[in-house]
Amino acid sequence: MNKLLVVDKLGKHFGGIVANEDISFHLDAGQIVGLIGPNGAGKTTLFNCIAGFYPPSEGTIRFLGNDITGMPSPKMAHMGIARTFQIVRSFGSMTVLENVMVGAMLRNKSVSIAHERASDELEFCGLSSRASVPASDLTVAEQRRLEVARALATEPHLLLLDEMMAGLTPSEVQEAVGLVKTIQKRGIACLIVEHVMEGIMPIADHMIVLDYGRKIAEGTPAEISCDPVVLAAYLGE
Amino acid sequence: MTPKQRNTLIVSGMGFALVLPFIVSNPSHQNYLILVLMFAQIGVAWNILGGYVGQVSLGHVAFFGIGAYTSTVLLVSVGLSPWIGMLIGGVVAAFFGLLIGWICFRFKGHYFTMATIAVAEILQVLFTNWEGVGGAVGLYVPLDQQGWWAMVFNSKLPYYYIALGLFTVTLLANWAIEKSFLGYYFRAIKDDPEAARSLGVSLTDYKLVAIAISSFFAALGGSFYAQKELFIDPGSVLVTSLSIKMSLVTILGGIGSLFGPLVGSVLLTGIEEATRQILGGSGMGIDLIIYATIIIAVAIYYPTGILGWAKRFLRRGKKAEDGA
Ligand SMILES: Nc1ncnc2c1ncn2[C@@H]1O[C@H](COP(=O)(O)OP(=O)(O)O)[C@@H](O)[C@H]1O
Ligand SMILES: [Mg+2]
Repeated sequence: MNKLLVVDKLGKHFGGIVANEDISFHLDAGQIVGLIGPNGAGKTTLFNCIAGFYPPSEGTIRFLGNDITGMPSPKMAHMGIARTFQIVRSFGSMTVLENVMVGAMLRNKSVSIAHERASDELEFCGLSSRASVPASDLTVAEQRRLEVARALATEPHLLLLDEMMAGLTPSEVQEAVGLVKTIQKRGIACLIVEHVMEGIMPIADHMIVLDYGRKIAEGTPAEISCDPVVLAAYLGE
Repeated sequence: MTPKQRNTLIVSGMGFALVLPFIVSNPSHQNYLILVLMFAQIGVAWNILGGYVGQVSLGHVAFFGIGAYTSTVLLVSVGLSPWIGMLIGGVVAAFFGLLIGWICFRFKGHYFTMATIAVAEILQVLFTNWEGVGGAVGLYVPLDQQGWWAMVFNSKLPYYYIALGLFTVTLLANWAIEKSFLGYYFRAIKDDPEAARSLGVSLTDYKLVAIAISSFFAALGGSFYAQKELFIDPGSVLVTSLSIKMSLVTILGGIGSLFGPLVGSVLLTGIEEATRQILGGSGMGIDLIIYATIIIAVAIYYPTGILGWAKRFLRRGKKAEDGA
């Protein structure tokens, strides 16, 4: 398989705080990779570096064979990296459909084509019935799906999902799991930060564990779940 | 409102605007109508940057002034028709806007607003000391040629129709922007810049697009003002109170909405004219007190302006009806 994303010795410091250090991993096209670790482990920071929100302090990021280290986030979107936000960020003055249209306009500036593409993505994410509602009126679960629809509308090769299952009811988690599986069927790779283990374990092809900004383990979900280093990190020594 | 109702309203509004100066024949009332349209037009221009993209400029008079000076200087020096001077002024202002944006968009929020005030103040000082463009004395529009090509008239009527035409063109441009991807990108930038960036929207690029368009149309208003008053100086076309008024008609009427500036201009210009009639002269700075009061009232009670309030009011009425 060809490597879609290669992160090599990535480091990110905020002043004296080391949020990421010496993180290396890779991700293949169409693969689902789970990124877990205790709170403050540096997962969101890693996302922000890959999505171009922060320039990394050290290391390189390669995507589809190109060095994309330090590219700003709009460029990353053009390259084919889309993301959702841990704290949802919708365009509050717009309807649900219009939110997704903004994403669709990345590839085609025609409003009517964006409208069609956005409707398709809303359908895909099960939000069709909410299309004309102001985005600010959605429930948390719906807002998370809106973020996914909006990101998918940019036609990415890689989707970064930051805690999309946090705060959802068990049945909503199952729906989210189903959604990620259908995204993978479209050939889109997913890098997923998740605290909800029953959400990520069954769908991930590969898991990466961070603690104190470093990668402490990686492997299949089965390998990870009985790794003593991981258990120690989670149980707190 | 359904699209059909909306269209009927717009068409009948346009028809009304066309016959209005025949109903209102008193020249001073006609002058009020011209001012309403003029401030509505520059309000729409301001709204493209301030309302849609959320970049509140309080230095927009700089572009208005550049428009006024460009067309007037070209008219005085080489006898160029103000119609062409107006377009050149618009282009000059757009480039100046790009320069200002390139510098000032580095500053966020209130700092951007303060930077734009500084730019306009600097421009006023510069023009006051620039003898080549009349300095502090100002410039008179030559009266040896009159009529449409020279844009100089004895009666108010032609000015009214030019103001109406300019307002309509600016409004149509705003409408076209609103309907295109630019309208979506502008609102996305205003609502959540980081989310917009994640979807491939370059903030600087699109803010520059907005400021160029906004400055172009603000400058058209300036050229028109020069032809209407037949005289310009830094104290009339480069004063900060004009920047405030441009933003205020929009904020009062409804920020980020197509017809907000018109609604705001009808009211604000009306209030100003009324105080002028009652108190005489320049109104003794009473307009500044009115501006301040309106800013505070809108900020507290109607952050979405009169149109936003009206929309909510209508929606509530409709909900009550549906419920009954
Ligand atoms: N913008 C920032 N400035 C300073 N410190 C930050 C910033 N973002 C994250 N951090 C710090 O980096 C560490 C990792 O945070 P984060 O990546 O959000 O962790 P996680 O998503 O795994 O919970 C934390 O100690 C956090 O306080
Ligand atoms: Mg996080």
